[in-house]
Amino acid sequence: MYRQTDIIEDNRDTAQGNFVINVGPQHPATHGVLHLVITLNGETIQKIEPHLGYIHRSIEKMCESLSYRQFIYVTSRMDYLSAHINNHACSLCVEKGLQVEIPPRAQVIRVLMDELTRIASHELWWGAMAMDLGAFTPFFHAFRERETINDIMEETCGARLTMNYMVPGGVMHDIHPNFQKRVKDFMQLYKKKINEYDELVTGNVIFQNRMKGVGVISAEDAVSYGCTGPVARGSGVSSDIRKIYPYEIYDKLEFDEVLETGGDSFARYMVRIREMQQSIRIVEQLIDNIPEGDFMTKTKAVLKLPKGEFYSRVETARGELGVYIVSEGATTPYRIKFRSPGFSNLSILDKMVRGGKIGDLIAAMGTLDLVIPDIDR
Amino acid sequence: MWSLSHITNEIHEWLSSTFNPTWTLIFEMVLAGVAVIGLFAVLGLVLVIMERKVSAWMQIRLGPNRVGPKGILQSTADTIKLMVKEGMTPSGADKFLFNLAPFIAMIVAMLLMAPLAFAKDFQLWDLNIGVLFVSAISSLSVISILMAGWASNNKYSLLGAMRSGAQIVSYELSAGLSVLSIVVLAGSLSVSDIINSQADGWWIFKGHIPAIIAFITFIIAVTAETNRAPFDLAEAESELTAGFHTEYSGMKFALFFLAEYVNVFIVCAIGATLFLGGWMPLHIGSWDGFNHAMDYIPSSIWFFGKTFFLIFLIMWFRWTFPRLRIDQLLNLEWKYLLPISMINLLLITAMAILKWHF
Repeated sequence: MYRQTDIIEDNRDTAQGNFVINVGPQHPATHGVLHLVITLNGETIQKIEPHLGYIHRSIEKMCESLSYRQFIYVTSRMDYLSAHINNHACSLCVEKGLQVEIPPRAQVIRVLMDELTRIASHELWWGAMAMDLGAFTPFFHAFRERETINDIMEETCGARLTMNYMVPGGVMHDIHPNFQKRVKDFMQLYKKKINEYDELVTGNVIFQNRMKGVGVISAEDAVSYGCTGPVARGSGVSSDIRKIYPYEIYDKLEFDEVLETGGDSFARYMVRIREMQQSIRIVEQLIDNIPEGDFMTKTKAVLKLPKGEFYSRVETARGELGVYIVSEGATTPYRIKFRSPGFSNLSILDKMVRGGKIGDLIAAMGTLDLVIPDIDR
Repeated sequence: MWSLSHITNEIHEWLSSTFNPTWTLIFEMVLAGVAVIGLFAVLGLVLVIMERKVSAWMQIRLGPNRVGPKGILQSTADTIKLMVKEGMTPSGADKFLFNLAPFIAMIVAMLLMAPLAFAKDFQLWDLNIGVLFVSAISSLSVISILMAGWASNNKYSLLGAMRSGAQIVSYELSAGLSVLSIVVLAGSLSVSDIINSQADGWWIFKGHIPAIIAFITFIIAVTAETNRAPFDLAEAESELTAGFHTEYSGMKFALFFLAEYVNVFIVCAIGATLFLGGWMPLHIGSWDGFNHAMDYIPSSIWFFGKTFFLIFLIMWFRWTFPRLRIDQLLNLEWKYLLPISMINLLLITAMAILKWHF
């Protein structure tokens, strides 16, 4: 199954002065337990093979033995940085099967939470990527803003990372009375501090030299490898599910799909930076216009999906998350399949950094924004 | 004006009145050795806590604040922990070289302290080729890094060591050339002569723009030579985990760690000596009152003040900049810094011959 032994035994490789090095499963730059087997010639990368499975928890199988209300909580643990959006995708799929309409208040709350999650996720990515490049300070600056979002989440959802706030039919409970005020405070803080990001990282000459022209993905490759999210949009491929297949109230909102045409690491960086501003724009439109009413539709205590197949897709912070449920009409799904953005995005890693230096690998991997539990599930 | 030399003079007088000249010399050498080891340890501790506080200040956090008042004993506690920790040697390693490498790093750092003038008349060894001695000895530090990387039998260590070898050897050139430009201006290789030549003004002010260019080149080159960010490719935490000292633990790791900080101190001390007048107080032309007031500040405070200012500068780099890539690092040296410092040296030589400097 694994090809690792093939590389080592390939005498032709080693005769040319190549050697094999293991990056991970415990390595500061893989942000988790990703294992990359890299063939190097000096500093130049010849080949990269990602080995997966170190954090495989068989979430899909686990979901199949849980009821339609319970399995959503497991999905928070897939892409833990956008737990809300994972829950959202699953709730959408179950609602599609049950054919329930959710009240407008719940829709707005869901979108608000999604966008706050997206900002928080991109903040963490920004800090972690700068740390991959050897700059430690941005990490703490990013966490200053991210903490504020986490505090908002804690107040309303009761948790800071795995929120489990969205349930089939709406959201679990109403927003906290302080919610609107705190979100506005956050937006003020964010607008004041966003310039620091550019001063500290974006405008830095060393940073630009490390990012520009490195890890280039052409638009054709991005499509054929199934890249989605900021990785595809950095190559100019329009792939925002919020625009293409709008769900909830996204079709009524004013925001732009961020597209960059460079295809290099810097383009992907700029996509995420600009996406945060678009998310702020969405939050601004909604925060004063949360409609009154119920936050949840009344659903039965035990949910049963009719026999059939259901699919829903949402745009997480990393790309397209698809949830596919096959139901036999029972209280538990017959089969669940998640299409996670990280898995497809990782597959292009070898293609984009082959021939580069070790530093390029770390920088390019940073811009893919990999979350390993999302890849392994 | 009080100076550290008062202490040494009194010790010298007491020793000479008690023992014969031979024993006096032996005792004084032992004392100097103990002082250097003490300084090595104290500097390491002070600089580590300083770095942690500076980084905390730049990263909007508090930094160590539990051990001792305001956390100033944190690095002492860390050192004690490292001393009682087991120093592992990997089974595949070349045991002799593996264990020798940290000591070479330490010895190099200690040797470099010999020609430094810490205060007026307070110098271990005022040899007439002091600056040459410093550049010769500091290039030995690459040996300890290569030795550690090779002997560890670890690919990460090897990559780090090879990067470091290329880096230190290249950046020594521009560091050497910028040091040379001050030697040309001062007309001497001796540290005390260079300091005395700055009695009427520091070289960074007297040497017009070429001296400032030399200073900037020097700071960039020594940051690279001491493997500090943004040139910390030998360690490169996010790429090579810990680079050449990946396999080291306990006190052997601590020796590398301390040697790095002491090296930073030494290069900053040399920068302060060459460009900022060493222990010379700040004098401005004919402002006699001001100059007189400056003379009252002890010379040791001037020296350490300037040195720690430069150290702060280097720490500031580390906590602000991302890391360069290895090819960009070598491009910066061979395509930009080296030609600039060569032309700059020519300019300074012309300036010194034509007596254009103040």
